[in-house]
Amino acid sequence: MKREEIWEVLSTVTDPEIPVATIVGMGIVRDVEVSSEKVTVTITPTYSGCPAMEVMEQDIRTALSDAGVSPVEVKLVHAPAWTTDWMTEETKQKLKEYGIAPPRKVSEVEQLVSIGKPEPVPCPFCDSVNTELKSQFGSTACKAMHYCNGCHQPFEEFKAF
Amino acid sequence: MSYDLDQQTQTALFQYLLRLADDRLILGHRLSEWCGHGPILEEDIALSNFALDFIGQAEALLRLAGEVEDKGRSEDDLAYKRDWQDYHCCQLVERPKGDFGFTMARQFFFDAYDFPMWEALTTSSFEPLAAIASKSVKEAKYHLRHSGEWVLRLGDGTKESHDRIQTSVDSLWRYTGELFETDAVHDHLFSQGIAICLSGIEKEWKEIVLPHLTRATLTPPSEEGMVMVSGTRYGAHSEHLGHLLTEMQVLPRAFPDAKW
Repeated sequence: MKREEIWEVLSTVTDPEIPVATIVGMGIVRDVEVSSEKVTVTITPTYSGCPAMEVMEQDIRTALSDAGVSPVEVKLVHAPAWTTDWMTEETKQKLKEYGIAPPRKVSEVEQLVSIGKPEPVPCPFCDSVNTELKSQFGSTACKAMHYCNGCHQPFEEFKAF
Repeated sequence: MSYDLDQQTQTALFQYLLRLADDRLILGHRLSEWCGHGPILEEDIALSNFALDFIGQAEALLRLAGEVEDKGRSEDDLAYKRDWQDYHCCQLVERPKGDFGFTMARQFFFDAYDFPMWEALTTSSFEPLAAIASKSVKEAKYHLRHSGEWVLRLGDGTKESHDRIQTSVDSLWRYTGELFETDAVHDHLFSQGIAICLSGIEKEWKEIVLPHLTRATLTPPSEEGMVMVSGTRYGAHSEHLGHLLTEMQVLPRAFPDAKW
């Protein structure tokens, strides 16, 4: 199988915690190498302790083996470090439709030890900016919790990272 | 995997990686003790996320330490099959979790060291360590912002919250000096461009901590007559570490190499 075809198979593997996003769209798959002996897929963790990484590795193996590709090596690299800036626009749009505010550009995130109120994140449901940060940490390390005063719904934000 | 290192550097680097890893593994375990006990749901989740980050960083560091040692020890071997004498964490992270104010004061002191430290390590001449740093520095930034906010909220909150966190700041201060201690292991690696300048980190730590305590209406205790804690890098630990390891290691010790 050709490199491009492997990428296509990988584009069907979804993030176990955010089923509308694919691991390719999230920027988790960094490289694919095809040699005569094996296929090597290089991935990078989103967060050091992300419990979804093992599942992703397993899902990659399953998807490729279903497509008749073997043997497969999944390589984990730490550098360059994953950033939400690698997320495709399509993925950000899908996150919003799913009810998760997409990440802002990393360069837009505020100072180190914050003392003031952070910039409000637009609500993914009603687009109101009358929202409040409730907690920097949500159901997973990659998300923060907010509350929308416009439509009175809590929502999650994928943090710029 | 083995790296092309001379004997002295290999031995020192193994030690150094254990120090970095053990601080984070033990702190991660302490934070995990809050799971299900946080003062509010959001904070319960936040502390568990912190714990995951630290344990994840420790995992990467211990894996690398095993590769540097080159004796076939995995990250799990190093986490679960070492006894307290062979741990190299500082006493700051060994302290029992205390109340929420204590946990947050400790966290703020650690994060204010952790962030500049990782930032500096991104330029380490030992590339696998620089790679872990480039990942961890982003997490450290979020941690510092979060613990800093709590120090402000508790310090400048009610009389009760102020008094509790001030007591914690006072009692934890003597454990902070250890974060910046150097020795032959550190100096050798520093000369190789692998380790970082700890006096520089100490300066940055003070620049973060001191003005922030003032903002939070808190005061650092006077260091006059204070005996700063020292020696854990050589295996002089508090009794708390043994209790913690007993709990952390019970399963792999009872059922060696157990699988889920």
